[in-house]
Amino acid sequence: MLRLSGIGRRFPNGTEALRDVALDIADGDFLALLGPSGCGKSTLLRLIAGLDQPDAGRLEWRDGHPPQPGEIGFVFQDATLLPWATAEENVFLPLRLRGFDAARGMAEARAGLARVGLAGFEHVLPRALSGGMRMRVSIARALVTRPNLLLMDEPFAALDEFTRHRLQADLLTLWRDLGCTVVFVTHSIYEASFLARRIVLMSPRPGRIVREIASSLTPAPETRLDPAYAALVAEVTRAMEAALGA
Amino acid sequence: MRPWLLRTAPALFGVLVLIVWEGAVRVLHIPPYLFPGPIAIVGAFVSDPVGLLGSLLSTLIVTFVALAVAAILGLAMAIAVEVSALARAVVQPWAVILQVTPIVAIAPLIIVLVGEPFVSLVVCATIVAFFPVFATTAAGLASAPPELRDLFRLYGGGRWRTLRLLRLPAAVPYFLSGLRISGGLALVGAVVAEFVAGSGGFASGLAYRILEAGYRLEIPRMFAALVLLALAGIAINLGLGGLERLVMRARGGA
Repeated sequence: MLRLSGIGRRFPNGTEALRDVALDIADGDFLALLGPSGCGKSTLLRLIAGLDQPDAGRLEWRDGHPPQPGEIGFVFQDATLLPWATAEENVFLPLRLRGFDAARGMAEARAGLARVGLAGFEHVLPRALSGGMRMRVSIARALVTRPNLLLMDEPFAALDEFTRHRLQADLLTLWRDLGCTVVFVTHSIYEASFLARRIVLMSPRPGRIVREIASSLTPAPETRLDPAYAALVAEVTRAMEAALGA
Repeated sequence: MRPWLLRTAPALFGVLVLIVWEGAVRVLHIPPYLFPGPIAIVGAFVSDPVGLLGSLLSTLIVTFVALAVAAILGLAMAIAVEVSALARAVVQPWAVILQVTPIVAIAPLIIVLVGEPFVSLVVCATIVAFFPVFATTAAGLASAPPELRDLFRLYGGGRWRTLRLLRLPAAVPYFLSGLRISGGLALVGAVVAEFVAGSGGFASGLAYRILEAGYRLEIPRMFAALVLLALAGIAINLGLGGLERLVMRARGGA
């Protein structure tokens, strides 16, 4: 889907956010960018989304051109919903910005809400929803344009652990059903190990990729109790400590 | 503290002040042409309610026309400043100059320049009322969180769609609270302009009644006009505050 090579990004204040990042993202993959704060993982995600431009290196899309609006879905750490709009209006927003008519767009939005388990909450305002439900709306909004690529920036970091587990499991189901590519930024070793097919370890100052670990776990809720999951967590932990200690 | 006491305390305190005031005026034999008691003031109002209320209406018309003009101008200028860096560079310093110039100082000039009395009063009141609604709306338009702006960029929202679907709705609470401040200021601006215009101009507003009563030593009538003015200010503030709450409740808070 996308090949990154030699990517560098330096902010105007002199911080070197990324140095010489190379990464291949295959169609249908579930990739986690894992690292501590300041390792440039969010910056990398913004570069992929086209919300920021690199100072060095290249992004090569398989299609030969950057994706059109709507081909990428983006989920932020906060749900970032319009507080004055209902759940379905929030999910409809990307389609509205793409010029869809309300009748068709709203039907899509309602289907999208149902897909994330929020049927019946169409007319509820964000403030009346729990944090987990708001994040579900945010995911439904990112998926409503049927993107090939879903970018997620620590979407579950602010949720409690039980809610996070349910959302992680539901995300895996959505990924299997929809077949889109996911790039998931996280600072949680457990989350990366549970969700991703490929775990890309990043280290700060300057932000760079230090290692990559492939996962052979079954993407399913039961995996959390699988000894192989515990072993993967241990492997990733060791690798991360080695990378950061060096 | 009992809740009913807290709720009625302001009114009870007001009644107490009125009783003490009336008592002091009577006991100390202060003549009403120096400092009238509340009963004399009410008497002055009752003896000519039509004249005073007519003046109040005249002042309120100036106030509301000025408030409407200030709201439209403030909103338009805030949008201009938000979408265009050039407009921002041009408008911002002049808005501040307008804000810091005392209306008392420029009102005579405006009255002479504009000529038509009603329009000149409206212009003065608008100048006073413009800044809060402009400044708060501009702040509101810029208040949308950066992630939401990114989201609009991601979907190719464009400047006008972003304005309509994100920035303007985000600015609504700011606009309304600016409008509330501007409402009180529009009344002040209208009265100040009436004072400056005096009997030479649009001789029908409450300020003119105050001046007129002062010249004639009808001090209770002057106080009655002052009380009406204060009540009008409170009513404007409460009314616009109510509008703010109503709109915010309809939007589900936030």
